[in-house]
Amino acid sequence: MTEMNMTPANDPAAENLAPLSKTQQTVARSLNRRHRQEKLFKGVGLGAVVISLTLVAILFINIFAKGLPAFWQSAITLEIYFDPEIIQISEKPVQQPDETENAFRQRFIEWQSEVGMVNFNRLILEGLSNVIPEASERKYRRDSARIVTSGERYALRDMVIENPEIIGQTKTVHLLTDANIDVWLKGNIDRSLPDAQQQLSPKVREWVTMLSEQGIIENRFSFALFMNPDSRSSLASAGLAGAFMGSLYMMLVVIFLAVPMGVAAAIYLEEFAPKNKLTDLVEVNINNLAAVPSIVFGLLGAAVFIGWFKLPMSAPIVGGLVLSLMTLPTVIIATRSTLKAIPPSIRQAALGLGASKMQAIFHHVLPLAVPGILTGAILGVAQALGEAAPLLLIGMKSFVAQVPTGPFEQSTALPVQIFLWQGNELRNFFEARTSAAIIVLLALMLSLNALAIWLRKKYEKRW
Amino acid sequence: MNNPAKPRILTEQDVTLHGVTKADLAMTAIETNSSGKVKMTARDVKVFYGDNEAIHGVNLDVIENEVIAFIGPSGCGKSTFLRCLNRMNDTIDICRVTGSIKMDGRDIYDPTLDVVQLRAQVGMVFQKPNPFPKSIYENIAYGPRLHGLASRKSELDDVVESSLRRAGLWNEVKDRLDQPGTGLSGGQQQRLCIARSIAVSPDVILMDEPCSALDPIATSIIEELIDELKQNFTIVIVTHNMQQAARVSDRTAFFHLGDLIEIGATNEVFTNPKNKRTEDYITGRYG
Amino acid sequence: MSNFSLIVLLLALMAIGYQLGMVRSRRVATVNPQQKMHSRPHHYGMMVGLWAVIPAFFILVLWTLLAPGVISSMVAAQLPAEALAAEGMNADVIMRRISNLAANFGVVAEAEQWELAAAAYMQQLKSSSALLLTGLMAAIAAAGLFFSYNRIQPELRARHQIERTVKTVLIICSTVAILTTIGIVLSMVGETIKFFSFIPPADFFFGTTWNPRFSTTGVSEGSLTGSQGSFGLLPLLSGTMLVAAIALLVAIPLGLMVAIYLAEYAPANFRATAKPIIEVLAGIPTIVYGFFALVTVGPFLADFGASIGLTIRATSALTAGVVMGIMIIPFISSLSDDIITQVPKALRDASLGLGATKSETVRKVVLPAALPGIVGAVLLAASRAIGETMIVVLAAGNSPTLTANPFEAVSTVTVTIVNQLTGDNDFASPQSLVAFALGLTLFVITLLLNVVALVIVRKYREQYE
Repeated sequence: MTEMNMTPANDPAAENLAPLSKTQQTVARSLNRRHRQEKLFKGVGLGAVVISLTLVAILFINIFAKGLPAFWQSAITLEIYFDPEIIQISEKPVQQPDETENAFRQRFIEWQSEVGMVNFNRLILEGLSNVIPEASERKYRRDSARIVTSGERYALRDMVIENPEIIGQTKTVHLLTDANIDVWLKGNIDRSLPDAQQQLSPKVREWVTMLSEQGIIENRFSFALFMNPDSRSSLASAGLAGAFMGSLYMMLVVIFLAVPMGVAAAIYLEEFAPKNKLTDLVEVNINNLAAVPSIVFGLLGAAVFIGWFKLPMSAPIVGGLVLSLMTLPTVIIATRSTLKAIPPSIRQAALGLGASKMQAIFHHVLPLAVPGILTGAILGVAQALGEAAPLLLIGMKSFVAQVPTGPFEQSTALPVQIFLWQGNELRNFFEARTSAAIIVLLALMLSLNALAIWLRKKYEKRW
Repeated sequence: MNNPAKPRILTEQDVTLHGVTKADLAMTAIETNSSGKVKMTARDVKVFYGDNEAIHGVNLDVIENEVIAFIGPSGCGKSTFLRCLNRMNDTIDICRVTGSIKMDGRDIYDPTLDVVQLRAQVGMVFQKPNPFPKSIYENIAYGPRLHGLASRKSELDDVVESSLRRAGLWNEVKDRLDQPGTGLSGGQQQRLCIARSIAVSPDVILMDEPCSALDPIATSIIEELIDELKQNFTIVIVTHNMQQAARVSDRTAFFHLGDLIEIGATNEVFTNPKNKRTEDYITGRYG
Repeated sequence: MSNFSLIVLLLALMAIGYQLGMVRSRRVATVNPQQKMHSRPHHYGMMVGLWAVIPAFFILVLWTLLAPGVISSMVAAQLPAEALAAEGMNADVIMRRISNLAANFGVVAEAEQWELAAAAYMQQLKSSSALLLTGLMAAIAAAGLFFSYNRIQPELRARHQIERTVKTVLIICSTVAILTTIGIVLSMVGETIKFFSFIPPADFFFGTTWNPRFSTTGVSEGSLTGSQGSFGLLPLLSGTMLVAAIALLVAIPLGLMVAIYLAEYAPANFRATAKPIIEVLAGIPTIVYGFFALVTVGPFLADFGASIGLTIRATSALTAGVVMGIMIIPFISSLSDDIITQVPKALRDASLGLGATKSETVRKVVLPAALPGIVGAVLLAASRAIGETMIVVLAAGNSPTLTANPFEAVSTVTVTIVNQLTGDNDFASPQSLVAFALGLTLFVITLLLNVVALVIVRKYREQYE
């Protein structure tokens, strides 16, 4: 007998088929409820993913919406006449053959400070009165001094120091306007507020509106954001250059300290260390160190590097040392897992040819591990780049108005600059400025991460 | 489907020539050997992993309350085919099944059929004992709880006890029902898994090399158990151990390279195989 | 000579030593053709190079560390006592002026005659120190070079010497991590003991008010007792725990459900996109979260609270906690994802084979089996939340009160550490020292959490390996 004549296959309801057993009927009754639960559960899971992705999106959109406009800043275009009447300075010094480096530098500094004494504000005012005739009137003195941000006089000074021959010439320059004007023109101030609550006087507002209609004040790409150090007297010219250099020096310290030391430690622990209580302890210790709060490393830096070794406060060298200690476990763990993934057959092949253990590792294992080690090192550096908390404790939150020229000079760092700027009283201006700084920081970190991913993708080997 | 005029021994050549010949062979086997009601029927079942065809059109019937053994060299598709019978292959993303498999006349691959219910009806015991990391009691109670088979604690206790008894494990574990199932010996774990699957009263139990991870003593206990269980359940067992197939099964199906080569009463297949390859395998030429 | 040029010279010497050693070993080999050299020529070269450079380098390091101290104490001894007394200035300030003068570093205003003399003396000492150092290093380097050069023999095991040196360097590097831990513990314990000499430990650990007052510089022992303020840890600890608890309340459900969905349900390509995007959250600097909390989440929560009749401060435990929760979602989701995918397929098959739905399998089999690992992940995330600084500095409101109301401003241990060490407090005052006591408390709490978590996770991994 075949299945054909025994069961009419297309008629499941047929009576002569085995009816569902009692158990199966119970099962069938529970099905609706259970499938609803299944849908709900899956829905909740998908919801969680969507919420998390949305949060990432909100965070980025928020920062970019606030920060991107700050990359363009309102600047005024003026014809500046470098009036010899106003700029009365002696000749730019040239180093004499018999003069020592120190003596010449001394003379040059004296000359620079002489140039610094020149009243460049008057040049600006003259230039301003070409476009606003009433600007030079005595009663509008205060108003006209508030158009161009105060730091821009140094821009003119630097032009003179660079090339004293421009004295007597007329140059077209773009000068940053006051921070409040930038905010006003970007529409971030409620224009209907009464005069008493406005940062800008009615006269300034009138001029600014006029000048921006004429295209004399317009949004230009803000090189100041990248070229200038921080500033408190001239908020519009506050820039990231100082913080950037501080971070750069610290990253150099991390790269030259944490990375080689971490790799060396990982090689020892993975390849040479005997398996005993002591190395077990080292292993546990490294894993724990990777999870110690970063601020604790700041305390260590404050107590040891500054308190005992008397290294200078606020210096990138100290920050770099602290961040190196913090990054060390990351580098060690990444390197060890890379070394672990390299099959023992490679070592055995080298050893079998009579290489010493050291030769086997340095000639054969390590070259294969380079991409993995680099990836780990880059991720460690990226982590160090974004860290702010420990730096606050070693004095890097103090205001520094110069671009540091060495790792022992006072400096701040990008994440700390963000912390400092978010606290500035001129909220409207600095909320955007801070977001712009965050974009710069995130861009740096993302490019580091992208580099790491690219390296991994390019050189990744599966054993 | 055309019935062959008379059963004949198929040669290597016949099998490679036409799919129909294999179906004919299966028919022959059913016709000549079946004595009971057909529980499951598989017709032209093919299984694909991605583009790779792992099983090439198998026709086979499973008869109620029999023990049917699938044998064959490793990689022949016997486990894959077994997993089609309760749609466990659904859990592998790239796996695709065509053809028809019917149970009691219902197509189990019908989209309207509920796979949850199917699996409650067709239980499965796996190669390696896989008790949940829970207590012995909870292991057995898991299925009945899911399906709402016991409404009161006392009913559940009864189900647990009777399942453990039927799996021959009750006397060994009755004093330590609250201890973890993973603490039992390998053979006990496998019987726990059998008890776990009979706790939901399935019609069919699929066993995928249930003794391959066990020692000979534990194996013989499981084999005795299988013999007792066939009073109430239809059992499909995959084994790579021919002696085991010979000992426990009523009928045997021989798979090779994704084809069902031969099916018939166990003593027939083992003593008088119709196909050259079956003979070679059974006599140990390859495998 | 400056240290930099000395180092360059050393490197040059190393190259010369390398060449010399190589040439010599080849010559030795040709002279004794019947004897096989133990090592290759470049090993002998390297050995000579190292012998020439390493001892000299140690001298350089020692000298650089010690010489400035010796010089300045020699100069200080020469200073006229009456001038010091008349000046009434801090000795440190005077020494700094003198060293600035000596270095021609900027112009120090109105230099006294005796200061100029001292500066000249210092200059002289410095130049003779540099000369001495150069001479000493040259002598030692030459000695090392000749010593090793003459030792080159066929049976000399040069490669072993090099490998021992390299191994020593490797060992030194691997002790840095241990030294860091010891440094953390020692420095914090030391300062904490100093702190407890002002404030009894019981007042610190069980005090319920935090009001450290400002210290005045040059505090005398007598004035301290009256006005030193209260240093109760409990308000800070409760704030920390409140914020961390809110963070975990946000992160655990979200992170866990994300992990479950990605591990069990998501199609492969969706998983491959969504997972890295969510992990981006872990790489964002915490200061960015702090800013986000301050300017976006805080005002949003305050407005939202107002619309349903709740008073929520813009900077509050809730704001900081929610944002911190967002930050630790990827910690929980990534770790849990790893752990969930480690649950053996056999268990899933067993459950599905009994007719369980996917969600029943996840809830009743996979999650219980993965529970220890997930607990470990949560503990690691909790330790992260407790030690997090920048978010709470910006968004928690910095108000050290003992409250359980999440809508209020709170302060945390980390915030207080920052406040106490970045103010104008004297470094030796209890107001500053308390930061170390707080840091030690924080270190111990997170250490315990980490150790427990790591042990749990390790045990879990071993179970399924």
